[in-house]
Amino acid sequence: MENLNLFVKSIFIDNMVFAYFLGMCSYLAVSKNVKTAFGLGIAVTFMLVVTIPLNYLLNKYVLEPGALSWLGDSYKDVDLSFLGLILFIAVIASATQLVEMTVEKFAPALYNSLGIFLPLIAVNCAILGGALFMQQREFASCWTATVYGAGSGIGWLLAIVGLAAIREKIAYSNIPPALRGIGITFIITGLMGIAFMSFMGIKL
Amino acid sequence: MMLSKRNKEALFNPLSKDNPVLVQILGICSTLAVTAKLEPAIVMGISVIAVLAISNVVISLLRKTIPTSIRIIVQLVVVAALVIIVQQVLRAYAYDVSLQLSVFIGLIITNCILMGRLEAFALSNKPWPAFLDGIGNGLGYMIILVIVAFFRELLGSGTLLNYQVIPQWCYDHGYMNNGLMILPPMALITVGCIIWVHRSRNKDLQEK
Repeated sequence: MENLNLFVKSIFIDNMVFAYFLGMCSYLAVSKNVKTAFGLGIAVTFMLVVTIPLNYLLNKYVLEPGALSWLGDSYKDVDLSFLGLILFIAVIASATQLVEMTVEKFAPALYNSLGIFLPLIAVNCAILGGALFMQQREFASCWTATVYGAGSGIGWLLAIVGLAAIREKIAYSNIPPALRGIGITFIITGLMGIAFMSFMGIKL
Repeated sequence: MMLSKRNKEALFNPLSKDNPVLVQILGICSTLAVTAKLEPAIVMGISVIAVLAISNVVISLLRKTIPTSIRIIVQLVVVAALVIIVQQVLRAYAYDVSLQLSVFIGLIITNCILMGRLEAFALSNKPWPAFLDGIGNGLGYMIILVIVAFFRELLGSGTLLNYQVIPQWCYDHGYMNNGLMILPPMALITVGCIIWVHRSRNKDLQEK
């Protein structure tokens, strides 16, 4: 039940895009049509589901103060938490590489549809942000962390597909020239964010 | 000599004509997230300038020795090391601000300005122009941060750098802080409006 709450909460209330502005760069750049937006959304969700549990285990058994106690008593006081960033980004970059190679080998159709998005994801802040929030919130188990990853990913997917759909619709609208393109996209995202804020009152 | 025409362009173009946030659309996430108050925005701006300038120089020095196939990983490692230093310095000397910035200092690593400038400039230029390019783009980023944070803090809480700016008698006569400005979506709309103003002044940037 708790996991279900967390899942819903990370999709709607703590939405990666509207509440924390994570993954904005690709969100704005790749939202011109629904199909590619959907592809990128799936790729991000997939990477979050893979990397958050990995980073969770890394954080729990290597980085936290006292996490190395499984090595023996003399390691009990070691605190490696300052290395968090560099290890997380290394895990994300290598996981991206691995996933890319695996998908290319075993699911060429999926690889072709995701194409260029996979390598780009290594520097998508939603992925690293997910890992950092996971560290900050101290989830109880690896399973909870996975649920959080899936929820955040789906929230991001929802946001980018929504924006892409709106942008397709407004392609022929009469927008002031200076606001065309990126300007109006910012304002639409802001309005979508206000709409999403209506979920904030829900207590889970 | 120190500032030839090309170097000057590297330093000053990013301030307005080639601004990383408004024109190149890089580094949006943090622009929006840290601008509810002026103070964290300034700290964030300075951190990004430092990381960007130093990493630009380092990558530019290494540019002939890095094999192309692993350059992204090398760049990430250089940037991550610098960000860790910044994070530790902030925890030591500005603890409150570092709490307010929470994960966003760490997210400088994936700030697209860094990867963008390293790829586009540092990998193909000498250290000195790369340094100037880093400073210029960092400043361009910081300017936008400060403008957005100025309006959001002024209209949202009536303060600037935590000093009360809007006098008490305004409140007595029924003025109210606009609570909406503090909330995340207004950051997007503020940046949207800044882009609007910027593009009406620079007609060649307008999209058809």
